[in-house]
Amino acid sequence: MNGPLLFLPLIPLVPFVGFLLNGLLGRRLPKAVVSTIALVAPLISFLIVLHAVFLVSTGSVALPVIEHGAPTWISVGTLHADFGSVLDPLSLVMLLVVTGVGFLIHVYSVGYMHEEEGYWRYFAYLNLFLFFMTVLVQAGNALLMFVGWEGVGLASYLLIGFWFQKTSAADAGKKAFIVNRIGDFGFLIGLFLLLANFGTLTLNEIVAKLAANPTMTGGVLTAIALCLLVGAIGKSAQLPLYVWLPDAMEGPTPVSALIHAATMVTAGVYMIARTHFIFDRSPFALSVVAIVGAATALFAATIGLVQTDIKRVLAYSTVSQLGYMFLGCGVAAYSAAIFHLMTHAFFKALLFLAAGSVIHALGGEQDMRKMGGLRTKIPVTYWTMTIAVFAISGFPPLAAFFSKDAILYAAFTSGSLGKILWFVGLVTAALTAFYMFRLWYLTFWGESREDAAHPHESPWSMRGPLVILAVLSVCGGWIGAGRFGAFLAPAVGSRTAEAAGSQVEIFLTVLAVVVALLGWLIADRMYRQRPESPAQLAAAMPTGYKLLANKYYVDEIYGFTIVKPLLVISRYLLGWVVDVGILGGLAWLLAGIASLGGAILQRWQSGNLRSYAAWLALGAAVLLYFVLAPHVFEAAGLHLGMAGH
Amino acid sequence: MNSLHMVQHEVPLGWYLLLSAVLFCLGIVGFLIKRNLITVFMSIELMLNAVNLSFVTFAHQWHQVRGQIFVFFVMMVAAAEAAVGLAIIIAVFRARATLAVDRIDLMKL
Repeated sequence: MNGPLLFLPLIPLVPFVGFLLNGLLGRRLPKAVVSTIALVAPLISFLIVLHAVFLVSTGSVALPVIEHGAPTWISVGTLHADFGSVLDPLSLVMLLVVTGVGFLIHVYSVGYMHEEEGYWRYFAYLNLFLFFMTVLVQAGNALLMFVGWEGVGLASYLLIGFWFQKTSAADAGKKAFIVNRIGDFGFLIGLFLLLANFGTLTLNEIVAKLAANPTMTGGVLTAIALCLLVGAIGKSAQLPLYVWLPDAMEGPTPVSALIHAATMVTAGVYMIARTHFIFDRSPFALSVVAIVGAATALFAATIGLVQTDIKRVLAYSTVSQLGYMFLGCGVAAYSAAIFHLMTHAFFKALLFLAAGSVIHALGGEQDMRKMGGLRTKIPVTYWTMTIAVFAISGFPPLAAFFSKDAILYAAFTSGSLGKILWFVGLVTAALTAFYMFRLWYLTFWGESREDAAHPHESPWSMRGPLVILAVLSVCGGWIGAGRFGAFLAPAVGSRTAEAAGSQVEIFLTVLAVVVALLGWLIADRMYRQRPESPAQLAAAMPTGYKLLANKYYVDEIYGFTIVKPLLVISRYLLGWVVDVGILGGLAWLLAGIASLGGAILQRWQSGNLRSYAAWLALGAAVLLYFVLAPHVFEAAGLHLGMAGH
Repeated sequence: MNSLHMVQHEVPLGWYLLLSAVLFCLGIVGFLIKRNLITVFMSIELMLNAVNLSFVTFAHQWHQVRGQIFVFFVMMVAAAEAAVGLAIIIAVFRARATLAVDRIDLMKL
């Protein structure tokens, strides 16, 4: 590497050291030391990233920085993979989000998890997560990216099941892991296809080979793109693999904020943007991405309308917003998608942390029907949450206004399918505004419905991150989609079809704001002015309400069509026939032969030392006889009488 | 040549080997027929020393120092073995209050 030092390998390694320290010694360390280790590690990573940003902005480092001569990881035949990291605009933005928001959430966790039994375990996992996430983001080849990808899945599993004594939490962890495995399988097949067709997994080598071969489109590239998409769908909780994310809310709330809202679940979007050169060559795969995204956005938003658990509303909202990002990727507006990823990280982390603060204030209550009237009791939480709600609904000049509009505009201008996608996105925007304001009214307005003790504002370690994230949720979008896109263009390319004109853009923007306003007004009418109306509406449309309240029965359908048959096959065919019958039978057969042999041979083992010694001596004598017999008599005859020659 | 000459005039090499074989066989016989664990143990030492004697003899005959060096190894191992073996014998005696070999048959099925 030439030029100033960037310390890129340290970005993942420092949290890893934090993980080792806390994981191995944390049980014996006092809480203050554990928190210090856990906070310093992401802080150092964040400072390294900031240092890199500074160097880039002053022009002393030119992006992209591709690390050459990194330690070799695997070198087998033609496959060569190293630990090299890549710093380009895309990974720089992602690193900023991961380490920055990650650090804030670490700080928040100190307050939130203070009373917990496994305090050290929690922070060890959290640092482990940051390690894998930064590995994923920085990886210069797809295989190393896959390691990070699997690793964040592991960290997610560990943290969802953090309260493993609770069956539901342990189950949710398993569900997340297994559903993600399905996606990872697709990712892995995609990697195999990449290796088979390009002979390398290093990303910039693939780019070079693709550039040298401009006529290569569709076909195998579509297959690779679709396989990678399966992986992204699993990780980013899109249809039809989104089912794990709502259940993942069993984990501690800061975990939901960090892993299941801001960073890990956006890894799918990041991966598509990172491998965009493959998707760009396959229009079919791109449309699949867009359709999956739009469908998920709408689908999850409708479920979010009627959920009563505050974290589940946010979970479905996350799924829905991730759908937006996929939609952006699908119309090849990767920079818009990443822009939304960044702003979403700010306001969704804020929403989760504020929700955590509410839950904290109410002593663990998550049911919004038992909240209400909290706006004067926990003012900091109330105001930050308000900012987040306005931000996610897309009101100017808050963050999502810019990023969501960038995606919707990109969708609108991308051909005939684009209009439909745009319309779906617009409807989703209205629904988003509605359910977010519903949450807001139910939690903070009206009469208090809780029966717990007196609610109390959270400590400063929790309020601080809330305030910082609120500022970011306000200002995060001010960079503007244009400038952001120009910055990202070297890494993800820029769309050329931006010729629809500014009047259309203004019209679309106004329309999106009007729609969001509409969602707000309906929520205001239903939940503030006439609090009895939601129940009446539900009673008027029992089928529709039940369908939504039971989340379209997707879990039940999966349970019936996939989980049940799998269980039956596993238990009866694989369990009884294969395992007990064939494998067990073989094992019993071998054991039978062995014990029969043993029964015969055990006669030999008298337990008497002298008999063992006799057998030993006899054996030695026999051996000696056979080895030495030809020589022994001759030699004895020669030497006994006359030594020497 | 001189040393060989001297040996030739004192005791022929073969006698040393014969003595070694006799000692070894005595060791084996003692090992097999004695009932007392300590005597059995001493028989083992006897065998080891018989082998040592043959090592030295051959080393002398072939003019190679290796055999003599090896004897030191054997002695060292024998010393270690004596330490461990005696410790085991003491432990056995404490546990079973006997040193009769045929009474120590816990491993019998």
